[in-house]
Amino acid sequence: MSDALLLFDLLLALAVVAIAAAALLVRDAFAMIVLFVVFGLLSALAWVRLAAPDVALAEAAIGTGLTGALLLKTLHHLRARGMAGWQPGAVAQRPVPRAVAWLNAGLALAVMAGLGVAILGSPLRVTGLEIAVAEAMPLSGVENPVTAVLLNFRAYDTLMEVVVLLSAVIVVWQIERGAGPAPAPSLGPVWQGFARLTLPAAALVGVYVLWAGAEAPGGAFQGGAMLAAIGLMMLLTGLYRPHPDHRGLARLLFVLGTVAFAATALLVAGGGRASFEYPPSYAKTLILLIEALVTISIAVTLTALFHGREPVALKGDLRHDP
Amino acid sequence: MTPDLIYGAAGLAVFGIGLWGAIALQDRMRRLLGLKLCSVGAGFVLIVGAWREPPAAPDPMPHALVITGIVVMLSATAAALALIRRLHDLEDADDRP
Amino acid sequence: MTAIISMVLIGAGTLFFLAGTIGLLRFPDLHCQLHALTKADGLGLTLIGLGAALLAGSAGDVARIALICAFAALSGATCGHLIARHARRGNSEARDV
Repeated sequence: MSDALLLFDLLLALAVVAIAAAALLVRDAFAMIVLFVVFGLLSALAWVRLAAPDVALAEAAIGTGLTGALLLKTLHHLRARGMAGWQPGAVAQRPVPRAVAWLNAGLALAVMAGLGVAILGSPLRVTGLEIAVAEAMPLSGVENPVTAVLLNFRAYDTLMEVVVLLSAVIVVWQIERGAGPAPAPSLGPVWQGFARLTLPAAALVGVYVLWAGAEAPGGAFQGGAMLAAIGLMMLLTGLYRPHPDHRGLARLLFVLGTVAFAATALLVAGGGRASFEYPPSYAKTLILLIEALVTISIAVTLTALFHGREPVALKGDLRHDP
Repeated sequence: MTPDLIYGAAGLAVFGIGLWGAIALQDRMRRLLGLKLCSVGAGFVLIVGAWREPPAAPDPMPHALVITGIVVMLSATAAALALIRRLHDLEDADDRP
Repeated sequence: MTAIISMVLIGAGTLFFLAGTIGLLRFPDLHCQLHALTKADGLGLTLIGLGAALLAGSAGDVARIALICAFAALSGATCGHLIARHARRGNSEARDV
């Protein structure tokens, strides 16, 4: 039995590596994105095999699903704006000297070899922090150790992560300031029906994944990504059209999670404890409250990242079109 | 032969392929994809480091790190794609007489 | 007994996936490939779902599997339609799927 599973592991590992290479080498940019999505889903499957279902969910929903949607959106944008300037054929636009190409490959190989030596040199399968985490679990307020680490033991990291997401949307809005509106893809009536059927179910799954994160795989980031999928569907069906007047509310929702997270830390600190040392009796309530608000922020931020350009009125002074 | 060794090697290979793509390719989207492959490869290595022979449970700490990494990579990807779109628009405008 | 029936169902489902994949690789144009893929995958996934439902421990698991099959069928059909629609409009983007 375990031999059959090992064979599966070998085949899966080979497929992951082969598809990663194929995604970079294939000529057509659309095929590149499709291969990348397949690669991400297979990686998520591999991480399930390595007993990391939380990470697999995050990779499938955020690392593959939403990243794939962002890539497709950008490709659509590039192709709609004239095929002349940018084409997959332009991979070899300027011929690279053979020596440089070999040097690049050699350098990548050297870094890889160095990493391999470092990994093989470090002791595998020795006890890391799992004992410390297991001992502190009763105080954490949740039963899923990954959620406990993310929202309690290492909550600083997660706070910063939410801030990174927030800065991403600021950066995207600044970069595309003054750019023309993105070309809207039209997907037709069947897509509309599909969106109508799946929207309520997606909302339910998103909230369930958030709620279940306390004791089972799931959590704020996975749930937020699924709710963001609703935002994507609403943008693509035209159910929601971003309007300049909505920016105030959008900004409020972007910062909601960060503010709630930081405010909780300050409140806890005000009670004479360290900033993320929740009182054990309130820990679960506080964690779920933070997670719920952070989920809303994540969903809205991810949807805004997909939409890209800030919805400004187009006759503003900030346009600097030629 | 155990799952951690198999996937550890796969993660290393994916990292190497991604690094090569990021430095050797010229197309901007492919370079970005190369960086993304690097991040997934690093994720593989971290998760392999957290794996324990069943029935022992894995170390949750690296798992949390990789989830953070995935979200940070998405933020970076979104910003990079916005730059790519903007650069393309500007070049497009330059080409036009 | 249940185990054998579910093995047979899952095996049959796998065969349909195999047939769909062969169709994808062997058929000459996009519409034939879609035809092979969507039909074979829909049936294959339903058979595998049935087999897995027989092995499931609780009613909740069976309901989850049924929901997964229903949504996979729905999104599979929609994807097939979108790809065909795209191809009919003469856009090259869908040709390499």
